[in-house]
Amino acid sequence: MSVKILYFSWVREKTGKAEEIVDPPAGVETVADLVAWLKRRSPEYEAAFARPGVVRAAVDRTHVQPTASIAGAREIAFFPPVTGG
Amino acid sequence: MSVRVEKDDFEIGAEVARLTAGRTDIGAVVTFTGTVRAANDGGAIAGMTLEHYPGMTEQELARVEAEAAQRWPLQASLIIHRIGTLKPGDNIVLVVTASAHREAAFEAAAFLMDYLKTRAPFWKKEMGADGSTRWVDPRDSDNRAAERWEDTSKKIR
Repeated sequence: MSVKILYFSWVREKTGKAEEIVDPPAGVETVADLVAWLKRRSPEYEAAFARPGVVRAAVDRTHVQPTASIAGAREIAFFPPVTGG
Repeated sequence: MSVRVEKDDFEIGAEVARLTAGRTDIGAVVTFTGTVRAANDGGAIAGMTLEHYPGMTEQELARVEAEAAQRWPLQASLIIHRIGTLKPGDNIVLVVTASAHREAAFEAAAFLMDYLKTRAPFWKKEMGADGSTRWVDPRDSDNRAAERWEDTSKKIR
């Protein structure tokens, strides 16, 4: 299942990418699974997701919890807690 | 009801005039404007850059606005949030609420700001007076401010 992933703010700076298409293997079913899989790819990803629970996620532009399913997702985004306003 | 995310500055008077033009059912208009401070957490700020998630930002702002309209009897509302590079004194965000009476307009404006600050995908990067940069950390007080509306989530006046 290939899916587009977006990174924002310091998550983007740490991964070194604003977006990419990835093809996670079978068994990667939730946002938390995806994070664990990404972290194994390189030290940059490991650093971006180092602090558990800090990086937030959105699936198809809706805020989700780490337990959310990514089945059928078109776009998944990772970012720090928001600081607008 | 409308939301805008843009680089350009806004003019509060013009926005209010546009929102209320021809309306005689409005008795109260509340505006909130957020601006860039020259100092944050004790450090001098030369400016800031606002990044956002195009598409999701507009969707979240519209969702927050719809939630406000469900909770309070609003005749009109507007959210404008700027992106890009801003300097101290510049406008960042404008919230306008209009209702028949002041209580709904005041409360809805506070609600919109509190929810916007914890949900809309914006990130501020500050540039220090010494040239250093840092991503702004979220404030616990902002989360508490948003949480105070949870108790009344079913309340519609």
